[in-house]
Amino acid sequence: MSASDRTRVQRGEVITRRAELRRVVGTVAPGAGWLLVFFAIPLLLIVTVSFLSRGQYGTVEGPFTFENYRRLAGFGWLGFDPLYPIILLRSVTLGLVTTALAVLGGLPLAFFMARVGRRWKRIVIALVLIPFWTNLLVRTYAWQILLAPDGWLAAATTAAGLTTAGEALYPGALAVYACLVCDYLPFLVLPLYASVEKINWTLAEAARDLGANRWNVFRHAILPQIQPGLIAGSLLVFLPATGQFVIPDLLGGAKTTLLGNLVQQQFGPNLDWPFGSAIAVVSLVIVLVTLGLLARQHGSEEELA
Amino acid sequence: MPPLLRCVAWLLFAFLYAPILVVVVFSFNTARFGASWQGFTLDWYRKLFANEIALDALRHTLILAIASTLVATAIGSLLGYALRRFTFTGRRLMIQLLHIPVFVPDIVMAVSLLLLFKFLRQWMGIFELGLHTMALAHITFQIPFVAIVVRARLAGLDPVLEEAAHDLGGDARQVFRHVTLPLMLPGIFAGALLAFTLSLDDFVVSFFTSGAGSVTLPILIYSSVKRGITPEINALSTILIVLSAAATVTVTLLQRRERP
Repeated sequence: MSASDRTRVQRGEVITRRAELRRVVGTVAPGAGWLLVFFAIPLLLIVTVSFLSRGQYGTVEGPFTFENYRRLAGFGWLGFDPLYPIILLRSVTLGLVTTALAVLGGLPLAFFMARVGRRWKRIVIALVLIPFWTNLLVRTYAWQILLAPDGWLAAATTAAGLTTAGEALYPGALAVYACLVCDYLPFLVLPLYASVEKINWTLAEAARDLGANRWNVFRHAILPQIQPGLIAGSLLVFLPATGQFVIPDLLGGAKTTLLGNLVQQQFGPNLDWPFGSAIAVVSLVIVLVTLGLLARQHGSEEELA
Repeated sequence: MPPLLRCVAWLLFAFLYAPILVVVVFSFNTARFGASWQGFTLDWYRKLFANEIALDALRHTLILAIASTLVATAIGSLLGYALRRFTFTGRRLMIQLLHIPVFVPDIVMAVSLLLLFKFLRQWMGIFELGLHTMALAHITFQIPFVAIVVRARLAGLDPVLEEAAHDLGGDARQVFRHVTLPLMLPGIFAGALLAFTLSLDDFVVSFFTSGAGSVTLPILIYSSVKRGITPEINALSTILIVLSAAATVTVTLLQRRERP
């Protein structure tokens, strides 16, 4: 009898090693196989294509080249042009600023949700969940109505002397930021709220009793407790925000082009798939580096879940 | 609660709801153009229900969401179950890898699948873009979410129950059918609901993997908005808003019944 046929008792069941292995493979293989074929291989494909070049009619051709990445770094055939590095920097900055603004709004909202009475709690949670589940595209184009030249907001800014009558408040960076924060705020609030709900307030009390001022109580007694929710929520804002293409497309002008828009242009009208792939690879690397840094810092996979 | 916190919170709610409310309000506006209120009408809803393109898009959206959710729930639940129940080499790594598709930007997943389908089409002549390629794409982003949700919900499942069922003489099939599966069902249901909403909501991946004859509601809304917002599109969006609000309220009420 070989080692793999030896029976053992697993959760009250007598089972051979081989039978158990068969069960593991049977349950894991469909999912793992699917993600291999439709997720991992396509990613390898874009990495490969990013090292090829565009043929005459938008086809993909060899030989192997670094040209796409050189172009992305600003070294095109017309000499140095900072256009693409600026877009790259802009995407990351926009992601960071959006995350910071969402944290600024998310903190009071999460504390409010945690502190309303029991009767109101479900209602308040539902009030955050409804925008969370509402189509992002709908919530995005709605800002075109809100910021329209004959809308209420434009009337208010005109009355305040900030704009002239009949002027729309979009396209522009301000419109993009307002919409980004509004769209992604629920994604930050929900995991943050889960952490705030679990805060052990006696620690804050103890800190206060020991003479800490309000900022120090927050910094040393509260912040460490809500860190997991804050990190998970920030990731859910930062990572999608850097890859956005719909929001700048509908609300921004040429000055708010992001990595996402660049990818869309290359795969759409420009038909330069290798260059588009290189940009997609860069976005992918930003995501993997961010996740990798956090995983190293925090170790546990549960925090990301 | 400090009054300032209450005040800030309600202002933030106003900020969250402003875009949603404006779409709903303007779907009842008589004015065809512009953002000024002219009077109440139901005309845009009447026009919408006579619009073949919109009805087709609705049909495509529902077929796609139902089909992809069924497949992704089956595959994802198995994976979530395995990652909680069995210990095997590479399990921890697999759990970590499972989070990558969740965080990868939509557009990266979209263009990588577009490339895959293009190459398969060139080499084998299959995968012409359409509803089926969209379904494959949707299942791909749904599986990790379902697996993560099912795995998390299984954390509360006591292994002693399965052990007891075996001790009472149940064979593997019976134990799974009568003990494990019923205990997994709330998790599977939660995963399926999440997968369904993700599919309904998706625009970016659908946009890149769709063909001419497979327009879904988000794609229709996007292309219409690019030409200029019409009250008809507001009416269509209002229906989507009402559906997601109704789903949220239903789930909230169901949870209340679950935990008295």
